[in-house]
Amino acid sequence: MQIVLAGVAGLLGLSVLALVLFRRRAAAPILYGACLAICLGLSASAALSLSQAASEAVLPLGLPWLGAHFRLDALAAAFLVIINFGAASASLYALGYGRHEAEPARVLPFYPAFIAAMNLVVIADDAYGFLFSWEFMSLTSWALVMARHRVAKTAVAGFVYLIMASFGTLALLFAFGLLAGPQGGYAFAAMRAHPLSPGLAGLALVLAVVGAGSKAGLVPLHVWLPLAHPAAPSHVSALMSGVMTKVAIYAFIRISFDLMGDPGWWWSLPALLLGGATAVLGVLYALMETDLKRVLAYSTIENVGIIFIAIGLALAFKAGGMAGAAALAVTAAVFHAFNHMLFKSALFFGAGTVIVATGEQDMEGLGGLIRRMPVSSAAFLAAAMAASALPPFNGFASEWLIFQSILVSPELPQMGLKLLVPAIGVLLALAAALAAACFVRAFGATYLGRARTAAAAQAHEADRWSLAAMIICATLCLLAGLFPGVVIDWLQPVPTALVAGHMPPQAGIPWLSIVPVSASRSSYNGLLLFSFVAAAACLAVAVLHRFASRIVRRAPFWDCGYPNLGVLAQYSATSLAQPIRRVFADITFAAHEQVDMPAPGDTRAAVLTRYLRDPAWDFIYRPLARALGATATLLNHIQFLTIRRYLSLVFIALVVLLVVLALWG
Amino acid sequence: MMSALAAQFAQMALVLALAPALTGLTRKMKARLQRRIGPPIIQPYRDLRRLFGKDVVLADNSSWLFRAAPYLIFAATWVAAALVPTFRTGLQFSWAGDLIAIVALLGAARFLQAVAALDTGTSFGGIGASRELMIASLAEPAMIMVVFTVALVAGSTQLSTIAAFMADRGGLRVSLAMALFALVIVALAENSRIPVDNPSTHLEVTMVHEAMVLEYSGRHLAMIQLATSLRLLFYISVIACIFCPFGLITGASGWLGYGVALAAYLLKVIVASLLLATLETAIAKMRVFRVPNLLGIALMLGLLGTLLLFVSRGM
Repeated sequence: MQIVLAGVAGLLGLSVLALVLFRRRAAAPILYGACLAICLGLSASAALSLSQAASEAVLPLGLPWLGAHFRLDALAAAFLVIINFGAASASLYALGYGRHEAEPARVLPFYPAFIAAMNLVVIADDAYGFLFSWEFMSLTSWALVMARHRVAKTAVAGFVYLIMASFGTLALLFAFGLLAGPQGGYAFAAMRAHPLSPGLAGLALVLAVVGAGSKAGLVPLHVWLPLAHPAAPSHVSALMSGVMTKVAIYAFIRISFDLMGDPGWWWSLPALLLGGATAVLGVLYALMETDLKRVLAYSTIENVGIIFIAIGLALAFKAGGMAGAAALAVTAAVFHAFNHMLFKSALFFGAGTVIVATGEQDMEGLGGLIRRMPVSSAAFLAAAMAASALPPFNGFASEWLIFQSILVSPELPQMGLKLLVPAIGVLLALAAALAAACFVRAFGATYLGRARTAAAAQAHEADRWSLAAMIICATLCLLAGLFPGVVIDWLQPVPTALVAGHMPPQAGIPWLSIVPVSASRSSYNGLLLFSFVAAAACLAVAVLHRFASRIVRRAPFWDCGYPNLGVLAQYSATSLAQPIRRVFADITFAAHEQVDMPAPGDTRAAVLTRYLRDPAWDFIYRPLARALGATATLLNHIQFLTIRRYLSLVFIALVVLLVVLALWG
Repeated sequence: MMSALAAQFAQMALVLALAPALTGLTRKMKARLQRRIGPPIIQPYRDLRRLFGKDVVLADNSSWLFRAAPYLIFAATWVAAALVPTFRTGLQFSWAGDLIAIVALLGAARFLQAVAALDTGTSFGGIGASRELMIASLAEPAMIMVVFTVALVAGSTQLSTIAAFMADRGGLRVSLAMALFALVIVALAENSRIPVDNPSTHLEVTMVHEAMVLEYSGRHLAMIQLATSLRLLFYISVIACIFCPFGLITGASGWLGYGVALAAYLLKVIVASLLLATLETAIAKMRVFRVPNLLGIALMLGLLGTLLLFVSRGM
């Protein structure tokens, strides 16, 4: 506990130091290096404290009658590892990448403060401290989003982000208000002691879903995320996508599993339904997008949906008294959060190196980078396979655990859930398959084929620091996929604390397999599958090169006998998504194409126009903005009243408040 | 232990040796049904041998990925096919991956195939990859729902356990019929067979799989063709092992038992090949954008099968 607080203080100190130092050239390496060291230390200490008993501390800060409560339990420790490891890898990456920053003064002071704020959210043990740190996190990340404030899109992104972040904090504020009750027990310990009545619990749950979900990117509260995450510098994008969304997920887990007491079965419904919709819509959005960083941001939304599905399953199992199954689902959720941090960091780092190398972040202007950037393309490919939930990488291991927990769900007592869960299973499988399509497209359009612009043809490999960060993240993706049992065993204090159950210990299982329920039911061994595939591939290479031909000739590509059609004749990111757009997006996004074909003899060019609609903006946010504008115009009248009328308004408001207080108390 | 290990290696050799013959047999039967003589059954072996001996002609701009992909695709498909019980359950490494993991392993092979198709930057590679991804995005969830249905009946996602359960106590169930129907549609789609794709055409309007491998030659092409044959054998073995586990050895057995089991497996493969040839002769290929309807049917059947089981479990 003391180590975490000292680390946070160190990070805040670095922030202040950055204000002094930012004009020096050595400022960026010093600050990122110090962040790297502190975050690695915090990550290691959190990993060690995961299996230890919860420790608490009260500091005389914040509200005078409350103090600042801090608590480091298993859940907080697990998320501290995710936060600080993500922050450490982003800092390592920034040691190289940060040199390309045009205005370091707009990034350096906020970066350590942002990391410190995320740490504080996770260890906060009272509503005041939690909301203060939450808002601090929102504002520091907003400042980082605005680092490139001269780009027109950034201003829009920052504005939308600020509105959505304040809205989310407001929802959380009310949720904590309900949890604290009329006595005003704002310490989390007091909230745990007083469970809510079912009606109030439902309201608090909805507020928690809205508050945490808007930060995590649940559809339809996601609109700010694909604008804000890509607008920031790439190491900050990685932090926001890979880490800050996890803080929001932590908030939802903390409120729904810990503070609200024993769950009702219907608590699982919002998480399951919104999670399923978010998973599928997130990846469909990604498939419609051609900006590389926005594709990755939408893929974050998809993964948040997947984690929420697992959380919903865990709530349903906990309410149904199935501790083992609930432990499986909780483990899957936290494991997937950890995995997403790893592969999404690597992917954003990759996008950052691409932007540095070419100055282009639209996939339609890239291509052929695998030959210019071999190492970073290999790391990006590994992370892309992890994000597509393919074995032997870590994304598959955690999604496999979620599938296994879905298969336990027929034993749930409620009929409604029984019917709902397989439908959610379809959505999860659909999201996984579409994610594979999304990442074939993202990797293919960016790194494969022929360069579409001169900048892409002249690209150069990234610097050593950036490469090191990418390679470390990609390697850990592989290792966590090969040895998932180690991670599962290490995470078990979390379900033990949250749902009073745990998965069977994986350490004693022969050959390092993982067995979620029992050996006859299901098992998976990524290490063995990987070794078999590697051995079979090596065998095939060896046999063919020894006994058959090993000659390789180079020639122009064949392409079914067509001559060289030029670079633009190859499939682009938009055309790669065309079949999927036609099948999945005709209703959701009203996708259609219009061809304007000139008559024979007419020499003007044919034009193909693609139309897409964003349902979240068209059906929710634009009408909402219009309604808000109209209401404001109506309320404008109040501005021109006489003093008598103002006084009567004040009197009426006072009476109404007193009546409410009398009825509630 | 030793017998399980021996059976595992025998199985790996068996599927590898048998896969080209299955392709040859299907082609032969299809030809006979269309009143052609057709190439001999061993023609795929001859093709492979000829391709092994030829030079690889690589496109000027192809990368390391393009060269590594055929071997990885072959290896992943081979391992997947080797983990399905063909003549006996309880293979030494059958627990290394359950059915979900094996399906995902084939998904990894498809991912590499699509990525390799995009590597040279030709329009045909792109058309094949984009259509393959569209088909896979529906076929994969349908397959997962089939796995769910079967897993709920047998109480396990392990193929060995499922096969043993089905051989002992597998009765007629509506859900299983739905799952079988869905699995057949998925198998046709995943193997690029009619009505989804035509394995014997090189016309750009129809081809999906063939367009993706257009740039491959020599030993690389041989690896991909072998993987294609293995994938067909894999799906036939999965269908046989779940829905028709007769003759499968589930406990200890003598040499005679192994002989019978092997003969039963070969018989199942021949029957499946005949049915496939008949189906491909009897129906026409669909337009690409009709395929999602077919796969949607498979997905819904899988979901309905699962729902029926979820509901009936609780009563």
